[in-house]
Amino acid sequence: MDMINIFTVFILALFVGIEIITKVPPTLHTPLMSGSNAISGIAIVGAIIATKVGGEMGTWLGLVAVIFATINCVGGFMVTDRMLKMFKRK
Amino acid sequence: MIDYTNLSYVLAAILFILGIKKLSSPKTARNGNAIASVGMLIAIVATLVSDGNMDYQTIAIGMIIGAIIGAFFAIKVEMTQMPQMVAIFNGFGGGASALVAAAEYFNPANPSTFNAATIAISVFVGTLTFTGSFIAFGKLQGFVSGKPIVFPGQKMMNAVIAISIILLGTYTVMGGDTDTYFYGLVILSAFIGITLTIPIGGADMPVVISLLNSYSGVAAAATGFVLMNNGLIISGALVGASGLILTNIMCKGMNRSLANVIFGAVGLEQPSGDGEAKQISVKSSTTEEAAMILDAADKVIIVPGYGLAVAQAQHAVREVGEQLESMGKKVLYAIHPVAGRMPGHMNVLLAEANVPYEQLKDLDEINGEFETCDVAIVLGANDVVNPAARHDKSSPIYGMPILDVDKSRTVIVNKRTMNPGFAGIQNELFGFENTVMVFGDAKDMLTTLHKDLKEL
Repeated sequence: MDMINIFTVFILALFVGIEIITKVPPTLHTPLMSGSNAISGIAIVGAIIATKVGGEMGTWLGLVAVIFATINCVGGFMVTDRMLKMFKRK
Repeated sequence: MIDYTNLSYVLAAILFILGIKKLSSPKTARNGNAIASVGMLIAIVATLVSDGNMDYQTIAIGMIIGAIIGAFFAIKVEMTQMPQMVAIFNGFGGGASALVAAAEYFNPANPSTFNAATIAISVFVGTLTFTGSFIAFGKLQGFVSGKPIVFPGQKMMNAVIAISIILLGTYTVMGGDTDTYFYGLVILSAFIGITLTIPIGGADMPVVISLLNSYSGVAAAATGFVLMNNGLIISGALVGASGLILTNIMCKGMNRSLANVIFGAVGLEQPSGDGEAKQISVKSSTTEEAAMILDAADKVIIVPGYGLAVAQAQHAVREVGEQLESMGKKVLYAIHPVAGRMPGHMNVLLAEANVPYEQLKDLDEINGEFETCDVAIVLGANDVVNPAARHDKSSPIYGMPILDVDKSRTVIVNKRTMNPGFAGIQNELFGFENTVMVFGDAKDMLTTLHKDLKEL
């Protein structure tokens, strides 16, 4: 994939992000943060790839990266669910 | 041949977007979070099967350790500690991205200049997010002083570090026989994460956490550029945009620019302004009297602030709210955008205490209601209800949008002491004719008030 393509994807995703996130009401801003936190755990994809690319050094860095990113994904989605469960109507 | 891996990333991205879209209402939000987590699962599985030569043992060990730690935090954390939790998770996200980029740096395959440049950027943003988030965590948890830490020459020092980072980054990209530049880049990026966060005071934390949230997304996107991976780029962009929007909302909530929050170090002891800091005399009162005032009211607006979170008084306030409702009064909660230590902090606390979300009103919705409000109860909030923000040009909070509690017939203010708020200024509201102060811990005060209301 070339540079321009990938940059186009980035810019378009930014606009989509701005568009949908402005619609999140203030009352859900904390779950939004913890939820988007979980999504930034997508670095796990890179971490999985990293375990095999960089030789021994890469494996160690990849391992720590997998740990960090998994904390983000698992913890992020779980805590967001825990919070959202509490938002009730009358 | 169809590229199933990248196709799966597109699917994951679609699910992330749909998931966030469902966050537009509390009714669908939980569902949305589940959808996003399915997207993540798809992305992970697709990556795992994309290449038969994965080091599955290392990956499994990492995932198990990470899952245990993540689940432990997610289950154990108190709702009052949510800002710390988000701060530390931001840090892990940034750290993971930086580590992935670092692993790519050691990739024996000769990287292109573009590749090297994205590695440098990713390592810089990721490492800064990692250390900055841990300082933010430390401040919120009380390990590090919540007050701004400033010293002479701080800005100069930061400028020198920033220039050094640019130079080291450039050298890293140009390559060479040594890894020294790269290590230097890592160390200085870690250092500037610390030095940029320590001068920021407690009440400015909502901005800092939002900003670090944004950085963790930017770091993921930068890593996506390193790996030429659409999944990372789209997700990183979404998170980056989210953090940026929240940062902007928080800054507007304080009427300050981002630069002012980061470099302004507001919250230091002010050298008593123009010297004529007038002493205000306040009317101190009891919960019995407060109960009697409330008994005569029809409409009550409760204004929670950080003091409520500190006192863990969310359940106590709900009991008082319900008691008032059972006495036939209309009860609403007014939530300022920067109340607490992170965006939406108060809403989560009150949701935990089972306050229905329809009763929580944000600044724009509620400000018109104060004119017809009989009693406003201010709980551990200070600067966000200071009328000086409307008229006193010399006040550090001048221009900040505030909750117009002073327009209520009576204002009951609960505070622990007469100490000024975070911005270091006295609140003229406390001396107003229609204000009564009830001193004490928010939880104790509300519990007694609840009892007094029942005994009326």
